[in-house]
Amino acid sequence: MPFTLNVPDFSVHPAESVLLLGESGSGKSTLLSLICGTIMPSEGVVQVAGNDLSKLSASLLDQFRVEKIGIIFQQFNLLPFGSVLDNILLPLSFAPERRARVLKPKEAARKLCTDLGLPDNLLNMRASTLSVGQQQRVAVARAMIGEPSLLVADEPTSALDESTQITFLDLLFTQSQNNNTSLLMVSHDERLSKYFDRVVRMTEIAGFGKATI
Amino acid sequence: MILRLALGSLIARATTVGMTILAIALSVALFLGVEKVRTGAKASFADTISGTDLIVGARSGSVQLLLYSVFRIGNATNNLTWSSYQDVASRPEIAWIVPISLGDSHKQFRVMGTTPEFFNRYKYRSGQSIEFADGKNMSDLFDTVIGADVAATLNYHVGDPIVVAHGLASFTEHKDQPFKISGILNKTGTPVDRTVIVGLRAIEAIHVDWQEGAQVQGQTTPIDVIRKMKLQPKAVTAALVGIENRLQVFGLQRAINKYNKEPLLAILPGVALQELWQIIGIAEVALIGVSAMVVITALIGMMAMIFSSLNERRREMAIFRAMGARPRVILGMLILEAAVIATIGAILGLALMYLGVYIAQPIIDAEFGLWLPSKAPTLNEFLVLAAVIIASIIASVLPALRAYRLSLADGMLVRI
Repeated sequence: MPFTLNVPDFSVHPAESVLLLGESGSGKSTLLSLICGTIMPSEGVVQVAGNDLSKLSASLLDQFRVEKIGIIFQQFNLLPFGSVLDNILLPLSFAPERRARVLKPKEAARKLCTDLGLPDNLLNMRASTLSVGQQQRVAVARAMIGEPSLLVADEPTSALDESTQITFLDLLFTQSQNNNTSLLMVSHDERLSKYFDRVVRMTEIAGFGKATI
Repeated sequence: MILRLALGSLIARATTVGMTILAIALSVALFLGVEKVRTGAKASFADTISGTDLIVGARSGSVQLLLYSVFRIGNATNNLTWSSYQDVASRPEIAWIVPISLGDSHKQFRVMGTTPEFFNRYKYRSGQSIEFADGKNMSDLFDTVIGADVAATLNYHVGDPIVVAHGLASFTEHKDQPFKISGILNKTGTPVDRTVIVGLRAIEAIHVDWQEGAQVQGQTTPIDVIRKMKLQPKAVTAALVGIENRLQVFGLQRAINKYNKEPLLAILPGVALQELWQIIGIAEVALIGVSAMVVITALIGMMAMIFSSLNERRREMAIFRAMGARPRVILGMLILEAAVIATIGAILGLALMYLGVYIAQPIIDAEFGLWLPSKAPTLNEFLVLAAVIIASIIASVLPALRAYRLSLADGMLVRI
């Protein structure tokens, strides 16, 4: 059923970590899609790192998105048949700027893994052989490689148990602070609020209704 | 790396991809096999008679003369009188001439009267001679040599007696003059296999008591008397001719066709064989059509496989999209996937076909007298492979476009 989402004003500052709270069906994912430029607003502007997304052509947008934004999904983040290393390096093959920031991709991937507490020998294993927690950490490494300006995480902890959630969030924060990356995380879990610079509720920023078609 | 991931995706779906490759391989093997049998049959057909420069008979059509003189199909409308035969035989261009006389039968097989020289002169498959599997050439008046199919079908052995029937599908037999099998020939894949060969004089000998196609009532000449007779034929059905100098072949052909005492016809066997092949070649088109349809079916199977894989791969495509892959990269990956599947299938099919030919070659040669050459792949076969690969790429465009549209619509936030 078609619906409308109205977001009058919402922004994330450089190096800020923001938790976007909302029930399922509250328009969180739609907002993320707008920020990532996979859908376009019917009115208004979406700016990422100072660029108006609506001014970019479709193929430039595809490239721009991967240059500026690292993305972590809820689960099934990795290509199961690829090696861990291939998965981490994947965004670099479509983003020349990010690629240029990484001098030695393999070394960078290995360092990220070490920082994220993944053993070295994991790099050449198939992603499908990893545990869910390890897969999520590989996803963080992939999102962080080449230092994008914004990290978008769509309920990344929902597949993890509580103790792993805390460790995972710690790693996420350490990484984004090291790289001066803004972090926008979407969740419905109120308990995560205390770890973030700012907490925004969907109900505070967005009007939501059914379209009259 | 993208290539490696695309291959990894294929390997991850090894079972379905493997079955698709197998289907394409089998269909390609079938198509190439049919093609092989077709060219083999055509070559075997063209090799039915070789080494003979001209076939001479009474005037009719060239295909008709070929059919009754070489293939023993149909009947001669007229015979070649013995004096005409002698006139042709005495011409200076002629190196050898072998008369053949048809008209009688034994069970379902034709009886052919000829001279012992026939066995040296009749060649098939580029100059191969007829060989005896058992026994030897005719020496006695009532000796006969039978083809491999005759011996196999009727379970005959050297030394067995046989009785020749008058005419074709007739109940009157030449019981008084039984023949003895002196030799059995090797399988040749030519009509010789289905022929009972007797001496030209023997044909006269069994017809001593016959006039105008019917047995003279109460007249039975004893065999001793027949043996002492001259047994000069009054006519023969046709003659195989070899000439001294191949340059003279057209001159001799013209001379025979203009022979004024009797209407005669001389044909070049190769040309007549080609004319005949054009008539029966329609079957080969049908054969190609059917096997082409099998290949198309396999390609549609591949298309269906890619289509059905799209749903389970929406997550994979979403990840690629989120990592910056443009929809056209997704499109390219799917087309590449089809090309890889088809290429492996096509090469596997070629290998399968050659393995099959290698194994079946001696069996088919012995059973059907059909020789399948197992030489290196021809340009034609490579063109077939290329066509299969191109067709698979075309077939994959449809599912690839669907993936393109799906990945545009899904973006990168798919939850499955």
